[in-house]
Amino acid sequence: MRTSLFITCYNDTLFPETGRAVVTLLERLGVELEFRPTQTCCGQMHANTGFRGEAFSQAKRFVQLYRDAESVLIPSSSCVAMIRDQYHGLFEELGSESLRKDFAALLPRVYELSEFLIDRLGVEDVGAYFPHRVTYHASCHGLRALHLANKPYRLLAKVKGLDLAPLANTDRCCGFGGTFSIKNAEVSSAMLATKLQDVVTTGAEYCTALDNSCLMHLGGALHRQYAGMKTIHLAQILASTEEQPAEAFA
Amino acid sequence: MSHAELDPVYAPPFPEGALPVLRNPQLRKNVAHAIDVIQAKRGRLVAEKTDWQELRTAGSAIRAHALENLDYYLEQFEERCTAAGGHVHWAVDAAEARQIILNLLREEKASEVIKIKTMTSAEIQLNPFLETAGVKVFETDLAEIILQLGQEEPSHIVVPALHINRSQVREIFARSMGLKNLSDDPHALTAAARTYLRQKFLTIPTAISGANFLIAETGGVAVVESEGNGRMCLTLPRTMITVAGIEKVLPRYQDLEVMLQVLARSATGERMNPYTSLWTGVVPGDGPQRFYVVLLDNGRSRMLRRPVERQTLKCIRCAACMNACPVYRQTGGHAYGSVYPGPIGAILTPQLMELKHAQTLPYASSLCGACYEVCPVKINIPEVLLELRAQVTDKERKQTLRFFDPLYLGLRMANLLFARAWRFHLAQRFGRIGLGLFTRKDGWIHSLPFLGAKWTQTRDLRGLPQQTFHEWWAARERGAK
Repeated sequence: MRTSLFITCYNDTLFPETGRAVVTLLERLGVELEFRPTQTCCGQMHANTGFRGEAFSQAKRFVQLYRDAESVLIPSSSCVAMIRDQYHGLFEELGSESLRKDFAALLPRVYELSEFLIDRLGVEDVGAYFPHRVTYHASCHGLRALHLANKPYRLLAKVKGLDLAPLANTDRCCGFGGTFSIKNAEVSSAMLATKLQDVVTTGAEYCTALDNSCLMHLGGALHRQYAGMKTIHLAQILASTEEQPAEAFA
Repeated sequence: MSHAELDPVYAPPFPEGALPVLRNPQLRKNVAHAIDVIQAKRGRLVAEKTDWQELRTAGSAIRAHALENLDYYLEQFEERCTAAGGHVHWAVDAAEARQIILNLLREEKASEVIKIKTMTSAEIQLNPFLETAGVKVFETDLAEIILQLGQEEPSHIVVPALHINRSQVREIFARSMGLKNLSDDPHALTAAARTYLRQKFLTIPTAISGANFLIAETGGVAVVESEGNGRMCLTLPRTMITVAGIEKVLPRYQDLEVMLQVLARSATGERMNPYTSLWTGVVPGDGPQRFYVVLLDNGRSRMLRRPVERQTLKCIRCAACMNACPVYRQTGGHAYGSVYPGPIGAILTPQLMELKHAQTLPYASSLCGACYEVCPVKINIPEVLLELRAQVTDKERKQTLRFFDPLYLGLRMANLLFARAWRFHLAQRFGRIGLGLFTRKDGWIHSLPFLGAKWTQTRDLRGLPQQTFHEWWAARERGAK
């Protein structure tokens, strides 16, 4: 099986270790990965801030770049949600008929990481080993836009050595919200403080998620507060084995 | 506080309005506690309905159908209400609605009036207008009494005094009713309110209400409440004036079957609200003998034009969205600078203001989607927020000063970079050098200037890695060959 990795702009720039982990994980599972180096951004930041024309250009670029791909794998639930929830409206308003057709054909082949593993590959046990206490932050987009439901937990349950610490108020936003964290920095920080109480209470060593955006927010505060807890993308936990622990990707 | 403080025309931008609340431990505790209680009740009662999603779909369809045929149903309502002895007035905006109500009160020679809790009257700032015109207004909903006597502003559309706790209520009652020895026992507080209210009910023959629903088929009006004080206003007075937004119409009486189920569970976490009052026109010898309805547009017909914005008018004012909202949970209602706070306020208020005011409200959301998930009539609030953000941006970017706004500058620049991969990759290199200047030995950034300071005021940022993913991939490919 082949898939094309859309790494996303911020993972490429800020979290390359997540991309490296996805490569290790999928190659271990026998998936042939390709990477198209002209990729940039899905347009989420512009769309969510109200820059519709700009968001459209990037959305169009994404569809043109991947229209011939067997499938597209995106290790970021908010970017997948952008494609599923917003592209249609943008193309209806600003796109051509052929773009709409290309998009309709491509959309069912776009996968978030946990969807790709469970729905496309049909695996839950990816042979991972991660001997740590971990709590899972169900990001808003994963939970309410992609309806990932128990998929991430099913994957985590099969990781050897992993001790899953349940997180209270798991459906509550961490307060990141993209440019919301800048435009409404104080309210965002208050939301973050509330979230951190729940996260820190778990006593976990790591907080994981399928969105590095939430993790950047949580991790930034955990670091500021010397909280002694790290954030780690789920891909890095799943890629981790006894021979090649997660630190190898960092 | 005067009512003007929740006037979107004068309210500060949302981030500024939120600041005093974020620093107020008592207020935040009151809001979070009240919301947790309501949310838990709602969660239990929604879970016991196995057909909840079907109810939502039905509720959404009923409201959407009513709005798509609003002209027809409003005229039907007018005709049947009039046939039943009511009088229907149409008000294009808040000023006209206020004047119609004042004229009606003058015809009645009313110098005092009692009120059932109504958000629409708050929207048109009716109370201060009537007081200035010499009419004394008495709220009869317990929470509204607390606000009126305490000279406080509503912070929630169903539980308007949610930001005030029991001991604060005691203080307000003790002060305004002259009851020095009043305790903060809920029974004592309600007894005090009852004594105060009974005298109003028995002496004031004119009442004002809102409407939860107008029923086109019968020309009737529905009001739901928890306390029975609304029922008193609907039975004792001689005259009733109902003010309602034009969107409140339901096609058929039977539609209440769905709407009352979703409303009570969503709003207060009850299977059925304790008091549901339905009345049609005038019945000789029973209830008010003169009945007026003021139908208010105030920007609503403009919102009907396009399907995305039209969803806003499906709202049945249950407040489930604000109870579920993680932003509202931190800020409470006053930060929104409008009588309609929370997610629904963030989409409704700017549209009522034609986007001339309240332009920061569509941004007062992290787009987490909790509001859409709980909405009993399936208003896709995030979708409307995004539409309004696009409208605000389209408007603002034409302004010369915005050209230099760092966020606008940054986003325009980012768009240029994302258009070509080589530009994006070059920017990553410059970024590595630029941010490198702020990166400490531990590899983390603790402080950034300008817009970045908004991030680093409460969070660190990991410095940019030495190799991007695409650089790593390219190196690997080269190595493989």
